Amino acid sequence: MMEKPISFLDQLFEKRILHDSGVDGLYARSAQFEDVVSRFETFALTFGADEITESMMFPPGMPMADFETSGYMKSFPHLAGTVHAFCGCDSDHMGLLQCLAEGEDWTKNQKATQVALTPAACYPLYPILARRGVLPEDGAYVALQSYCFRHEPSKDPARMQMFRQREYVRVGTAEQTMAFRNTWKERGSVMMERLCLPHEVDVANDPFFGRGGRMMGVSQREQALKFEMLVPINSTEKPTACMSFNYHTDNFGKAWDIRLPDGNPAHTACVGFGLERITLALFRHHGLDVDAWPDEVRSALWG
Amino acid sequence: MHDVVRQLLAKHGSLPVSVDEIANNADLYDAGLSSFASVQLMLALEEHFDVEFPEHLLNRKSFSSIDAIAAAVSEIADDQAA
Repeated sequence: MMEKPISFLDQLFEKRILHDSGVDGLYARSAQFEDVVSRFETFALTFGADEITESMMFPPGMPMADFETSGYMKSFPHLAGTVHAFCGCDSDHMGLLQCLAEGEDWTKNQKATQVALTPAACYPLYPILARRGVLPEDGAYVALQSYCFRHEPSKDPARMQMFRQREYVRVGTAEQTMAFRNTWKERGSVMMERLCLPHEVDVANDPFFGRGGRMMGVSQREQALKFEMLVPINSTEKPTACMSFNYHTDNFGKAWDIRLPDGNPAHTACVGFGLERITLALFRHHGLDVDAWPDEVRSALWG
Repeated sequence: MHDVVRQLLAKHGSLPVSVDEIANNADLYDAGLSSFASVQLMLALEEHFDVEFPEHLLNRKSFSSIDAIAAAVSEIADDQAA
């Protein structure tokens, strides 16, 4: 009898590169995995370093009010996560402990907090920029990183529930943001070539919810608002988006009231790197032993 | 048909201008129709006419003008009645 081939996820567990938690998409990372993540981030920061005006690191949660303003619940209610907490009195606590002891649902009286789990790394940036008032002439160009959450448990290691995105975000005129996105589409391919990863750029759509979402997706593709850098990781038929290049038109400028000096709403664009996905792609294509990776890849990441 | 489309557009289109100021052949996206509002409008049309938009009509073009919407709904109503 043929032995069933061991999945990529199980190989990662076996080599202790990732550690299983019992929940799909929620894994501990080894020191080696994290080392590759941070080396990739350093590598990424060598591109366009002189263009960045500011850097920010975000916690994995964002203000609930800003989450609401983002419109995320309109388009992706199925992926969102919100933080709830116990806000009761002594007797509520006793009830909670009783539910726990009896294996009943103890979460039903948990109350929403002011925190939502960040669904996309650039969302917490926009309200910060809006509070500063009118943008300067040259707009904003921010490098940022955040843990993100999406409720989509999966056995595909490249589809985690909690993962990090490193992003560059351009806020300014339509011309500034489109030029930014075109530059990064080209840079993304150069980066992938230096990392010796098979890749292709393709027009894409976000996973909008429901039947209406299908129309949103078609519309997004028709307007070529989103491109993805696809790399085979868990499957060759369905390669994984390791980078995305997004033009939001003036949607976020309007939502958060970010203004250009001429008074019009700002346009925004972002390029996002899926840090876990790119790291997994490197392990998938160059092997689970980083010391044995090709010289060209090692020189890009280890210098 | 055009009157019903106008009514539903006024209710669900979230347009910055009055529907009365929009010609039947005018571009609704230029008039401020967002992708999300066009989805709300589609769902409202489905409910009102008791039809389901097929895949090939789920695109921007079907909602680009009042004429286009009326034509799409007529096409679906004919198909789904047949």
